[in-house]
Amino acid sequence: MALQNPTPSEYIQHHLTNLTYGFHPENGWSFAHGAKEASEMGFMAIHVDTMAWSIGLGILFCWLFRAGAKAAHAGVPTGILNFVELMVEFVDKSVKETFHGKSALIAPLALTICCWIFLMNLMDLVPVDLVPYLFMVAGVDYMKIVPTTDVNATLGMSIGVFLLIIFYSIKIKGVSGFVGELTLQPFGKWMIPFNFLLEGVGLIAKPISLALRLFGNLYAGELIFILIALLPFYLQWFLSVPWAIFHILVIVLQAFIFMMLTIVYLSMAHEHH
Amino acid sequence: MNLNLTLIGQLIAFTIFVIFCMKYVWPPISGALADRQKKIAEGLDAADKAARDLETAKSQIEDELKQARSQVTELLEQANKRSSQIVEEAQDKARAEVEKIMASAQAQIAQDAAQAREALRADVAQLAVVGAERVLGASVDQAAHKKLLAELANEL
Repeated sequence: MALQNPTPSEYIQHHLTNLTYGFHPENGWSFAHGAKEASEMGFMAIHVDTMAWSIGLGILFCWLFRAGAKAAHAGVPTGILNFVELMVEFVDKSVKETFHGKSALIAPLALTICCWIFLMNLMDLVPVDLVPYLFMVAGVDYMKIVPTTDVNATLGMSIGVFLLIIFYSIKIKGVSGFVGELTLQPFGKWMIPFNFLLEGVGLIAKPISLALRLFGNLYAGELIFILIALLPFYLQWFLSVPWAIFHILVIVLQAFIFMMLTIVYLSMAHEHH
Repeated sequence: MNLNLTLIGQLIAFTIFVIFCMKYVWPPISGALADRQKKIAEGLDAADKAARDLETAKSQIEDELKQARSQVTELLEQANKRSSQIVEEAQDKARAEVEKIMASAQAQIAQDAAQAREALRADVAQLAVVGAERVLGASVDQAAHKKLLAELANEL
């Protein structure tokens, strides 16, 4: 359903719709034609574009850093090894400043988060119409190329972090220690339901805020790029260039914030209160 | 903005990437970094040690040079002394030789002079006698005038 001369709202709607494959109550397993069908599919659907771009970029990250790891030696570093080592040292420093325990997982986790989110965010700087147009020519109607503007992607990662928070809390403090932490503070044992409510909200808020912060920033950024794209072509560069330059900061910052908060949450899970 | 299976898919992909990074990316790089840190530390230590060695070697050279210089001065002094001694000795010897030669020459001269005087005296006496004979035209009694002649020869 390629749009011919779309109205602005149709254009925006189109650019914010994922390529969805799922189980439709009437059509069975199929690609959704438009946002309405996609939402009718409910939970039994998958955003093909989000998955493809994020996995592609994840593989790019793995390939790049694996190449660096293969070239790693104690001599003078060159080429790709320089860049990879720079990133590794930066992440390692951030982890060591915040997390004081010993863990083989946290530093690689932080590196993966930082680089992967950065690459996914970077797709935001590709002109908004370029890739969707190419796919439209090839017969694919919907194509959102920035996976982090899909709340599923950010929530998927933050749930991964959330599971690790619970895993480490129980591993370090034991089940009773973790339950105690949730129920016996801040007001002592006579206020257990109230404590649990308070701490439970605090715990659940961690993955939700992680996911929504990243999603919100990138979604808003993307939306503004789309709005700028609605302007006459001779005005677009006047707004899109400053916004893109400003957005470079957002892209890096959001990747960094997601990484730092993950480290902070996991180091909190390792500490006894 | 629908929550759907993408969530699960992303969770799985995320897990796989993290595990890949943990197993195949992080250990070799952080290992290499640690190795390089060690290598650099060793290199710096070696450089420090080399600098210290250089310092020691320099002071050793200084000492040896000083020693050599004093030795040279001593040798020069000795040589100077010896040479002046040799010159003096040679001078003394030469002087003695000269005196000896002069003395013998003077003695010879004196002897020769005396001899010549004697011979001359005798010759003059003879000549005087002959002259007198010629003047007088007659032989002079040698015996009679011997005393007179002797006196004459003595006066010459």
